This record gives sequence, structure tokens and C-alpha cells, in this order.
Amino acid sequence: MPLDLHRIDDRLIHGQVVVGWGQPLELRVIVLVDDEVAGSEWEQDLYRMGVPPDMTVVFCTVADAVAQHATFVADARHAMLLTGDIDTMARLCAELPAIRRVNLGGIHHKPGRHQRLRYVFLADDEEQALRALAGRGVEITAQDLPSARPVPLAELLAGATSA
Amino acid sequence: MSDPVGVPRAVVLGHAGFAAGIVGAARAIAGEAAHFAVVSNEGLDTAGIEAALGGWLAQGVRVIFTDLPAGSTTMAARRLQRTTPELVVITGTSLPLLLDFAFSDAPPAIAARDAADRAKLAIMVTGGSA
Repeated sequence: MPLDLHRIDDRLIHGQVVVGWGQPLELRVIVLVDDEVAGSEWEQDLYRMGVPPDMTVVFCTVADAVAQHATFVADARHAMLLTGDIDTMARLCAELPAIRRVNLGGIHHKPGRHQRLRYVFLADDEEQALRALAGRGVEITAQDLPSARPVPLAELLAGATSA
Repeated sequence: MSDPVGVPRAVVLGHAGFAAGIVGAARAIAGEAAHFAVVSNEGLDTAGIEAALGGWLAQGVRVIFTDLPAGSTTMAARRLQRTTPELVVITGTSLPLLLDFAFSDAPPAIAARDAADRAKLAIMVTGGSA
């Protein structure tokens, strides 16, 4: 499947995404879904600066991503769809039953969040949103890098912090 | 070796323990001349990194050295240039770069640009067979 990964990562485009996943998956496209970034040329320039010349970044609102998702899937190039928060991914999944798997890549500490893994901190409402997604049949695992063990949501919410 | 006092001339910002390690190496060579603040991205989202840098900017620091051009570190530093346009961000930080900056008497922004130009020349490849 060319759209190899649907990832939630609050750092959006950064080293783990571009290098850690980008090289082994041979990613050529990153679909960055964020309503705020999609409306800011300045932010888009910033993120374009962070990718190598052979990688394309497509900036989408949630509505754009829903409309174009089938096109992304049909694209022969390897791609990752990236959101900066759980809510954005949940909105996508609600409109796109084709999304069957979601990767939690990095959700860092903020007030009100509890640590679940070294790189995953969740507030109560975020946990509920993930449970709801899983309840609709979406497979959710936490995995910061391809070489790390994928941690299933149930294990994550049970409080394991070893990954 | 005593810690340098006063406001550092620059921040070194990196992934995990990168900044602490490379600043430690610079201080082992240059002593107190290697007066850098150290910031890690460990456990922080981009907003958290920006907040960590913001404290140093409030003290007057206007040079940030980062590691990966594509990293969250550089993204956070670059984002601060929007509100602090005089801020200089240098990516691909190396020990020669920091040492050149540390020993310069020029104002930090000029010293940083000069050091970046010279540090590129420090990358050499020797040996091996074609």
C-alpha cells in the first residue's frame, strides 16, 4: 500500500519522521494534515525546509485530506499521512473507513497528560478518543521508530512504560 | 573546571543528550570560552522546545546552534525567528563549529556566521580506496 503509515506526532515533520521512518520506508510523500498549517505559507515553508529534495510535502486541511485520500492511496510513491494530534486523526478516521491502522509516534508532556510511554503522554479525553477509535475497529499501536516494538493500545493504556 | 558565569553567548539545542555532550567536549578543549546554554528536545513537543528556548532569548541570547536541519530542534528555533528576526540559527552543529565560535571576539551573530563558513572546511575524508 503506497500510503504506508497514518501517524500522530506532535512534532509533525522532524528527524524520526524524515530519517527514522523515511529511509526504511523509502517515503517520497508526506501528507501533513493540519488546519492551521494548511492556512499558513510561513509554516509550510518551515516544514518544506525539513525534508530532503526528493520528498514532497502535501499540506491539507482535514476536509482536503478526506477529499483526496483515495488519490493518495492510489499514488505509487510511498507516503505517510501525519497529524499533530489525536483529534485531527479521529476526524479523519470518522470520514475515512479506509484508515484501518494508526501509529502513535509522539505525544509529549503537557499539563493534564499522564505518561504512558517515554514518548506518549495522554490526557483523559485523549484516552477516550483513542478507545473510541479502537472501538470502531481501527488498530492503534504506539511505535516511535520502525526498529521499536509496536505497543498495542490496550497495553499502552494499561500503563506499560518500558517501550 | 568552573562553570562560566553570566549570560551565555549562544544556545546549543539538540536531540537527547547531543547538546550536553558536544558542549562538554567544547568546554574540555576551550574551557570557559565555551559558554553555551544547553537545551535538549527530550520529552518535549515543538511548543515545549520553543518555551525552553524562550527563556534564553529573554536573557538576550540571539544565536542558536542546532543538530539536524530537519529536526524538531531546528523547527522550533526557526519558528522563533518569526518573532525574533535577528535570531541566528545554525544547523549541523559540530565541534569545530562551536570551538571557532567560542574563540571569536566578534559579536555573536557575526561570529556564528563566520564559524559556520569555516566549520564546513573541517569535514575531510581521508584513506580508503576508490
